[in-house]
Amino acid sequence: MGEPLLELRGLSTHYESARGTRVTRAVDDISLSLERGKTLGIVGESGSGKSTLALSIMRLLPPAARIVGGEIRFEGEDLLKKSPREMREIRGKRIAMILQDPMASLNPLFTIGDQIAESLRVHEGASRATAWTRAKGLLEAVRISAPATRMNEFPHQMSGGMRQRIVGAIAVACEPRLLIADEPTTSLDLTIQAQYLSLLRDLQKAHDLAMIFITHNLGIVAKMCDAVAVMYAGRVVEAGPIRDIFNKPAHPYTRALLDSVPRLTDDTHGRLPAIDGQPPDPSAPPTGCAFHPRCPQMVDRCKTQAPPATTVSASHTARCWLHVP
Amino acid sequence: MNASTAVVVAELPRRATRRLASYPVVPLAIIACMVFIAIAADVLAPHNPEVGSLAMRFRPPAWQAGGSATHLLGTDHLGRDVLSRLLFGARVSLVVGFTAVVVAGILGIALGITAGYLGGWVDEVIMRLTDTWLALPALTFAIFLAAVMGPSEMNIIIVLACVYWTRYARVIRGEVLSLKEREFVRLAIIAGCSRLTIMRRHILPNVLNSAIVLATLMLGVVVVTEAALSFLGVGVPPPKPAWGLMLADGKRGLMAGYWWLTVLPGLCIMLLVLAANLLGDWLRVKLDPQLRQL
Repeated sequence: MGEPLLELRGLSTHYESARGTRVTRAVDDISLSLERGKTLGIVGESGSGKSTLALSIMRLLPPAARIVGGEIRFEGEDLLKKSPREMREIRGKRIAMILQDPMASLNPLFTIGDQIAESLRVHEGASRATAWTRAKGLLEAVRISAPATRMNEFPHQMSGGMRQRIVGAIAVACEPRLLIADEPTTSLDLTIQAQYLSLLRDLQKAHDLAMIFITHNLGIVAKMCDAVAVMYAGRVVEAGPIRDIFNKPAHPYTRALLDSVPRLTDDTHGRLPAIDGQPPDPSAPPTGCAFHPRCPQMVDRCKTQAPPATTVSASHTARCWLHVP
Repeated sequence: MNASTAVVVAELPRRATRRLASYPVVPLAIIACMVFIAIAADVLAPHNPEVGSLAMRFRPPAWQAGGSATHLLGTDHLGRDVLSRLLFGARVSLVVGFTAVVVAGILGIALGITAGYLGGWVDEVIMRLTDTWLALPALTFAIFLAAVMGPSEMNIIIVLACVYWTRYARVIRGEVLSLKEREFVRLAIIAGCSRLTIMRRHILPNVLNSAIVLATLMLGVVVVTEAALSFLGVGVPPPKPAWGLMLADGKRGLMAGYWWLTVLPGLCIMLLVLAANLLGDWLRVKLDPQLRQL
């Protein structure tokens, strides 16, 4: 197997207020790894640090955020030791990213062809003509009909699904090794969503692409991912292969999340189970395990001491006192 | 076969008119006319615009009682031919107006984009400078600058550009602030574009619309300011004809009934500004791919 494509070791990213009085641990001591061509899902509620994690990997954090510790090893190199210039060459070329809103992801003033060709010209120094031909090929690859005509059209002439596919084409244009998708389907309707997900899988296979899939839709995770990491208040509370997580969730939070997914086979017609309480204030998380105020299996130790990452089974870890021997 | 040919034939004239209507015929005609006049003023003008005879003061236009065919549009307080002065004045007004608007625009857009996109202390420095600049009364500031540099056409362009770039900088910076949060700009950053590339390729084309609309509005202000400066003796040096200067000179005669001295140059300024505004409107639509289809 060798070294994984991407490995996070104890990564911590904090937001600091202007005078440094309030520190928000948006990403707190996260260790994850991702093999080539595999997909890692990251799930969690809003504010659990999913997007901050993605931006940390790209090193595109807002000015108030700072990576305070850890390592981001990508293809054997520590991204945190790269100069801004080196990072710029990595972004787009070796790590690509898809954002949430396809409507706003394209520049309204340039044609589709121009925009796909741009990244080829920026990163690979391709000539105008070759970039254009390759861009046309990419449009075909993302299943846009009549690519030759579409190349000369503007973003407003496309539907949302088409635009998001074009964003996908731009993302894979330079054949990156890693694609980070930050809730790429939230603004698409369900049929388009399904089409887009299968397109992403095809692109992944064709380019041997590793993916980090950020979402709060567990159905998508089940469909797309090989492994999943569940985040709560900036920490990975449970991580492991998809089967283990879905069949034998070890952390009470994961279990609660899975229980709150509606099922067609459910004939009780009752209310969906929900997790009591509110997600914690990220700038002042509860002491001990951050989930303890909402946890049905809370014991005294949870209030004061944060549980360490414990191996439940091979490559399946959880941060919960229930599993600490 | 026959039917389809008939349809094609019937459509031809309609298509031709539509193509014509898609161009701004009126403003283009006005501006083309003025440019032509400015270039050919030497040939067109019946008299020397800078020399008059005091014996011929305040002659009304030819169609009024006391007017004559030698001075079609009458004469001013020094007996100079108004028509000739208007024709030569086009030269000064066009050159000064357009150049000043463009120079101020380039300066303001560059600074506005830099301030808005880079943010931080760069933004702070540029915007505080703009604030200070705006706090000075424009005309007083222009008079001061013009007085220091001395009256000449070149200097007046520099003065006007120096005074009015702040308007662009403010508007453009605001646009940039909202643009830079748009996803396509963030995606460009993610795709590894350098800051210069993003400013040039993604920000600049998207602010040009506002800049052009602003420029057409500024043209009016600039021509009028040029007039004011000329009136105060720090603009275009006096014997030279400029519409603003003529307007200012004519003001004294207005109460005495010498209407042609103010109305005619005023009409010229109005036509120029109107044409510029219409052209700006058309450009705004033309430059936006979303509106272009309509």
